[in-house]
Amino acid sequence: MNLPLSAVESPALSVKDLHKSFGPIEVLKGISLDAREGEVVSILGSSGSGKSTFLRCINMLETPDSGTITVGGETIKMVPARHGKSKPADIAQVDRVRSRLGMVFQSFNLWTHKTILENIIEAPVHVQKRPRDECIEEAEALLAKVGIADKRNQYPSHLSGGQQQRAAIARALAMRPDVMLFDEPTSALDPELVGEVLRVMRSLAEEGRTMLIVTHEMGFARDVSSRVIFLHKGLVEEDGSPKDVFKNSRSDRFRQFIKG
Amino acid sequence: MDWEFTQETFVSLVSALPLTLSLAATAITLGAILALALALARTSGILVLDWFARAYVFVFRGTPLLVQIFLIYYGLSQFPAVRHSIFWPVLRDAYWCAVMALSLNTAAYASEIIRGGLLSVPHGQVEAARACGMPRLMVFRRIVLPLAIRQALPGYGNEMISMIKATSLASIITIMEVTGVAARIISETYRAIEVFVVAGFIYLAINFLLTRLVQLVEFKLSPHLRQPENAAQMAIAGDAR
Repeated sequence: MNLPLSAVESPALSVKDLHKSFGPIEVLKGISLDAREGEVVSILGSSGSGKSTFLRCINMLETPDSGTITVGGETIKMVPARHGKSKPADIAQVDRVRSRLGMVFQSFNLWTHKTILENIIEAPVHVQKRPRDECIEEAEALLAKVGIADKRNQYPSHLSGGQQQRAAIARALAMRPDVMLFDEPTSALDPELVGEVLRVMRSLAEEGRTMLIVTHEMGFARDVSSRVIFLHKGLVEEDGSPKDVFKNSRSDRFRQFIKG
Repeated sequence: MDWEFTQETFVSLVSALPLTLSLAATAITLGAILALALALARTSGILVLDWFARAYVFVFRGTPLLVQIFLIYYGLSQFPAVRHSIFWPVLRDAYWCAVMALSLNTAAYASEIIRGGLLSVPHGQVEAARACGMPRLMVFRRIVLPLAIRQALPGYGNEMISMIKATSLASIITIMEVTGVAARIISETYRAIEVFVVAGFIYLAINFLLTRLVQLVEFKLSPHLRQPENAAQMAIAGDAR
């Protein structure tokens, strides 16, 4: 990988010793991850391994019990809360950090009462307060890029799942995020629609975007990502280049996992 | 039926229509604001607010509106403290007593309708907004409320129709709205049928228009629930704007 030296030095995203429990169940038992700029990290793991929770902790959709999260050099300030857990000290800071993280959900979550174009310009116009005309122009370019320029005035319910997910990717990109987070982006799709979404994600990876992808698409993880992480029972079990991890894994559990 | 008398009655009753409409519109507006506050209190997760709203809804939904009107109009003035308070100029006025009773009453019902709307908003819609860095208030204003209103509108239409009809109770406390005028004409002429048929017709006409209005708003607010062809046309019309 040819990465500029400066990018190698400061990670785009840094997570340190993340813990999270739901009631008595400890889902994350201390997970750390540094993602360099331009790195595409696939997070694998069987269901219940904590991979989605890990991703949702990064943008504080779940509040981690402990650990630190740093996005583009800004660390989310946490303060102690009840029962030995922690909570964000400054909600405005969380909102600011969130706007630097583009999130793509398993179930798309496009706003049903807004057209595709309105969905995409919503956050740039209202959260980032950028000029509306500029946002529309950029949104149209993004829609063309994900291949649904003709759907700009349709409502999400009128699109196929694959089209909705591509629109959701465009919505996340419209905030010009430092890091893109994908939470099982193809798991809710019919098999024949998976390819169109993966193609868009592949093109983003080739552009050098920093991406964290929770996925079950083994082929995609192997071919597109620069790094693969395998979570098992709330811990990192494997971490390395796809070649290393898929060919020379020392973890029995991982070998079992990819065998299906 | 005496056609000429019926026409005269119609003219008299229509002249009382503005008062009926003003009672209803004021009560529905004030009631909606209070209802939203109650629904938010109910869904806030803050125990004190939640229980206050529950108790409020229980009392105002569980007692007759007529009793509430009487209590406010005749009851409050029994207390010297009320008569000497700054609210007295409002509370001694039958019109404002009626508005108050109607507003407080409709707020109880409407808060449950709005709460239903708020609860119907899928969590994913909220998460997507939070993930974009939207502050809470903006999430509520731009995502939750518009979706909740769409969901609550049919039920709210019912409540508004009830309110139009409930204004007739204000006639009991001397207010000369449509029913009040009708009662006066009957006491002068003893011709109940013509007068009440005309009065009923007037309420029917108001509610016909109100129903159509609610339908129109519902249509405007839910292009996403219609067929794509239709939505595409709407969108093109939207583009032209």
